[in-house]
Amino acid sequence: MTISPTQTSPIEDSALLRPFRLIGQTVLAGFREIGRVATFSGRVLLACVTPVIYLREVLRQSLKIGFFSLPVVGLTAVFIGAALALNIYTGGARFNAEQFVPNIVVVGITRELGPVLAALMLAGRVSAGIAAEIGAMRVTEQIDALLTLSAKPERYLYAPRVIAGILTLPLLVLVADIIGVLGGYLVAVGALDFNGSLYLRNTWNFVTGNDIWSGLIKAAFFGGIISLMGCYQGDRSKGGAGGVGRAATLAVVGAAVLVLASNYVLTSIFVRVGL
Amino acid sequence: MIDFSDKPILELRNVHKSFGDKHVLRGIDLTVAPGQSLVIIGGSGTGKSVTIKSALGLMTPEQGEILFDGHLITDPKRLDALRRRTGMLFQGGALFDSLTVWENVAFALLYRDGVSRAEAKRRAIETLAKVRLPASAADLRPAELSGGMQKRVALARAIIATPELIFFDEPTTGLDPITADAVNDLIVEQVKALGAAAVSITHDMASVRKIADEVAMLHEGRIVWRGPVSALDSSGNAYIDQFVNGRAEGPIQPAI
Repeated sequence: MTISPTQTSPIEDSALLRPFRLIGQTVLAGFREIGRVATFSGRVLLACVTPVIYLREVLRQSLKIGFFSLPVVGLTAVFIGAALALNIYTGGARFNAEQFVPNIVVVGITRELGPVLAALMLAGRVSAGIAAEIGAMRVTEQIDALLTLSAKPERYLYAPRVIAGILTLPLLVLVADIIGVLGGYLVAVGALDFNGSLYLRNTWNFVTGNDIWSGLIKAAFFGGIISLMGCYQGDRSKGGAGGVGRAATLAVVGAAVLVLASNYVLTSIFVRVGL
Repeated sequence: MIDFSDKPILELRNVHKSFGDKHVLRGIDLTVAPGQSLVIIGGSGTGKSVTIKSALGLMTPEQGEILFDGHLITDPKRLDALRRRTGMLFQGGALFDSLTVWENVAFALLYRDGVSRAEAKRRAIETLAKVRLPASAADLRPAELSGGMQKRVALARAIIATPELIFFDEPTTGLDPITADAVNDLIVEQVKALGAAAVSITHDMASVRKIADEVAMLHEGRIVWRGPVSALDSSGNAYIDQFVNGRAEGPIQPAI
């Protein structure tokens, strides 16, 4: 007996093969999603570097993404710097290396904690905000309205947000670096009996341009990832308020995971090229 | 009487569209002549919205052809031309809530045609007056307007660039009967003033009688009847009779 392609054979139908089928479906769905994210990102990034760029929108988004994130990034940085100083002091005391607190705080903040924690805070604040806003525009037909008015959403909506993310996150991280070092300084001088001017001199003499630059380059990548994920999930959302909520959640989770994964990749590249 | 025998401005040929295993459009054939006002009626979920979204290139049908002014809109250049020469009034208005009323109305001028902000604002206020909105509304946000006013702003946005064809997606849904009538009057007045063709979808029969030259009835993804609005009550078509008289019994099953 021959089996027509529309029927499933008894073997394909057997419960034994179900786990394999599930694995296959999941893997395929995963690749489809990667493909979708990649084509979406490609389209938006192309719109970021080719005319027309709506400067007015870039400015408005920079304010929204960058300027209004200053408080949350500053607060994160000051507490992380303070906690870092305490931990390094306790850890360093085990081999009489307490005096290296300023050195390790500044490297830890500029290379790693500044960019990563600022990015994680913005993954919550900015990714979710973008996804919810664009998702709401999608379900209220505003994206369709844009298209009928000959405006491309990637140009008018997405590129300004991604450009703003890439430009403002490094600036935020620069601020976080300074405030993070200040947090460490406050704890070191206030609670650990460090000499204030010596602490600052040690910090300044130890930190290199590469420490700061590598953090800022990371920040630019993270800024792009965060705003892209927000745009992508918002663009794909459908089905009313529930869909918008789901888009915001997926954007935060996706942005956070991608920030951490790309942080590792970028760090290993920096180590290899000696940055 | 206007002669509609010219070359159609919009033509749909055997258009099919499915979502998953739901076959929504099952071969739509439709022509709209320049200056003609066609109203598509039909129950909920029969594919009215999908039809006009396909005609605007917002959805891509699996099968069939859509021609604007005699050219297939699958060509990006033609699609661009279609969008430049058409306007669309969305069901919920779809106003951009981050922009002011005048920026909404003048959106195409600002972002597509590169008109200066001062000139764009002047023309927006001029167009707002056509839909009986005062200049003082120009600097408000859409959220500060009532439903009827939002519809009028959306109408102003659809007509500002003097389109040759305007789509109306349920223009009176969600409005009280008096406001709905006023919106119908405005639509008729503005479409006539532009000499534009119009394709509307609605299930509001009062709206149909006011704005239609011709009526087409959509049922299960196909056009089952088409004729002049005057023939609506004497069509002898069971679908039309059931719909016009709003009866639950008949060839159309209620969507509940």
